[in-house]
Amino acid sequence: MTDQLEQATDQKPRRAAPWEYAPAPEAKDIVTIRPRYGLFIGGRFVEPRSGRYFETVSPSTEQRLAQVAEAGKEDVDAAVKAARQAWEERWRNLPGRERAKYLYRIARALQDRSREFAVLESMDGGKPIKESRDVDLPLAAAHFFYYAGWADKLDYAFPGRVARPLGVAGQVIPWNFPLLMAAWKLAPALACGNTAVLKPAETTPLTALLLAQVIQEVDLPPGVVNIVTGAGETGAALVAHPGVDKVAFTGSTEVGKVIRRVVAGTGKRLTLELGGKAANIVFDDAPLDQAVEGVVNGIYFNQGHVCCAGSRLFVQESVFELLLEKLKERLQTLRVGDPLDKNTDVGAINSREQLEKIEELVGSGIEEGAEIYQPECVLPERGFWFRPTLFTGVSQSHRIAREEIFGPVLSILTFRTPDEALEKANNTPYGLSAGVWTEKGSRILWMTQRLRAGVVWANTFNRFDPSSPFGGYKESGFGREGGLHGLEPYLDFDRANGRRR
Amino acid sequence: MTPERLDVRKTYKLFVGGAFPRSESGRSYPIHDGKGQVLARAARASRKDLREAVRAARAAWRGWSEATASNRGQILYRVAELMEGRADQFAHELAGQGTRRPEREVTAAIDRWVWYAGWSDKVHHVVGTVNPVAGPYFDFTFPEPTGVVGLVAPEQPALLGLVSRLAPIIVSGNTAVVVASEGTPLPAITLAEVLATSDVPGGVVNVLTGHKKELVPWLAGHMDVNAIDLTGVPDHLVPEVEATAAENVKRTIRDGSPDFFSEAAQSPYAVSAFMEMKTVWHPMGA
Repeated sequence: MTDQLEQATDQKPRRAAPWEYAPAPEAKDIVTIRPRYGLFIGGRFVEPRSGRYFETVSPSTEQRLAQVAEAGKEDVDAAVKAARQAWEERWRNLPGRERAKYLYRIARALQDRSREFAVLESMDGGKPIKESRDVDLPLAAAHFFYYAGWADKLDYAFPGRVARPLGVAGQVIPWNFPLLMAAWKLAPALACGNTAVLKPAETTPLTALLLAQVIQEVDLPPGVVNIVTGAGETGAALVAHPGVDKVAFTGSTEVGKVIRRVVAGTGKRLTLELGGKAANIVFDDAPLDQAVEGVVNGIYFNQGHVCCAGSRLFVQESVFELLLEKLKERLQTLRVGDPLDKNTDVGAINSREQLEKIEELVGSGIEEGAEIYQPECVLPERGFWFRPTLFTGVSQSHRIAREEIFGPVLSILTFRTPDEALEKANNTPYGLSAGVWTEKGSRILWMTQRLRAGVVWANTFNRFDPSSPFGGYKESGFGREGGLHGLEPYLDFDRANGRRR
Repeated sequence: MTPERLDVRKTYKLFVGGAFPRSESGRSYPIHDGKGQVLARAARASRKDLREAVRAARAAWRGWSEATASNRGQILYRVAELMEGRADQFAHELAGQGTRRPEREVTAAIDRWVWYAGWSDKVHHVVGTVNPVAGPYFDFTFPEPTGVVGLVAPEQPALLGLVSRLAPIIVSGNTAVVVASEGTPLPAITLAEVLATSDVPGGVVNVLTGHKKELVPWLAGHMDVNAIDLTGVPDHLVPEVEATAAENVKRTIRDGSPDFFSEAAQSPYAVSAFMEMKTVWHPMGA
């Protein structure tokens, strides 16, 4: 496998990058990282009762950034109790317009400190500063801003339904968009009058802990948001806690199924935002240069650590050669390296574990007979890196066409007719997102109606907005985040209407 | 004097793919009247019957989900017309199994069916949105049917409970595999006869009678069932069924209505609960 990998990277670029870039690193001194972080419970940072800490590492330098508390069962219990108390004594009785103002304050504080958050996000998670600065931070702030406005307008959200808060939400989020996912979870929960216990991913806890500081600064009542850091065991303790009324999880389909089983029969409300294997479909009449940009954005954005990444590219046969040539050329201009460099397009792989998973799946692609292509690029010596990669000669049965790689790896397949494209695109247990590239409007609508996916991007890809519902079909999960539909998982319509839960 | 006429009794069979097969298992179970006398025998469906029913439901899905909403509404309204014609038979069967005031249940069931039929082309207005995203995109969200839905019908009221859960499932374009009330299955089969003589395509609704504990775990675990309505699952079985449903991330819905006769038991959100929200982004530019 190594030989083939080397061969693939030995291919000379068709056209060398037209110019060199001098380093343009974003300054780190805007960020103050504490040597050690406790758990954020009841409005204060507290020592973990577990007595355990773990280290969070920068994936681009392998440097230790901080020690972070690992919440054990007792800690989770304390956090849930703090959330319950805050809900019963304060938060649920607060008028919506007052809840709104707290959320507006958080949104503003994120805007005020956006650079600090962006740099920290890139240090802890490895994503390019260009993305944390221009995507994660603006969207996180916008999410709080959007849901703030719902807090005192819930009576208008669901005609004919009386809505009440549920109580305590237990929320477990992934490492690919650490702060943004925290915003996606917390903003609607709080707007709907719930309190929350949030469990960030173990490789990327720092921006959530900085958010905790923001939450202190905006005087959010203690216990309304609690943040318990830790790994899988902490998350398991949270979702299994009997004091949690609603569980929200974003992460892998595998873990999502485990959580579904844990929650079974408890009457807890549940939403799952799980994995994907999105089809990005390019028809022969598509504007190919735009499509290439969309394909690149679809799979190499955030190193491909995106559940809705366009990891399966379906190209109409008549334009396959041309598109492939353009795509390879474009890959050569992607700059891989220091996440804090403002010119970097592809940053570090989030963890060694994830890198190994990507390598294993890419290895299977080569073994199963697909043809690999990687651009020439120099990777930093330390840290976790993977070249932007594409595979041609992929069949639907290959693992790289079926399994979520969650890395910068594109599998390219071809089709002849729209029916064939649909059949292949839908041939997956996942159903999170899809892309369609064509100039023909009627075909876009025909395809979007038939693609079994929760988000369909036409002539664009990977767009997000707080007002736009996001979530999956089939094994990509259930429930929506964002927009009007993002309120529903956080409201109790049953008790208010005399129904049992 | 003419001899007394012997009545022709009905054989209650399964309803799968528009046909009325017996259970492949060759089994049936007795249905008793209010006094403990055997009224009829109902088919006792097997796992294999269940798989056949799922297959039929999947085969019917494309056509039914792609029918226009208006067309589905009219087809379902037609079902109510036929139910009205069979009102006496429904009432007779319910009374035979000890239901008090059966006429009240039958008329409530017909009215409920009409109520839901009308949602076919309206639920989109209630739960669909146009999203004002911050950018040059036209962004909208609309509901689509989830796919094949398993319905474990409530034990009582056998007809009204079934109708209250089945109509919101199929009105949006889902197809259904129904496990009928185990104790009172006869109205479900008579409803199947109504559906068979209506314009509802074969396979859109499939009705199994039998023992819930034999059928429900397999329905919950079936990989080609997208969602399951647990309203008729006994409380003690719910944890196991929900856990089994995790295998393919089934949506599990349980109606908590205290009283199927009340208006609170009907809601457009019972329709959207079995629908998926799809968001579409399209650039805007000259």
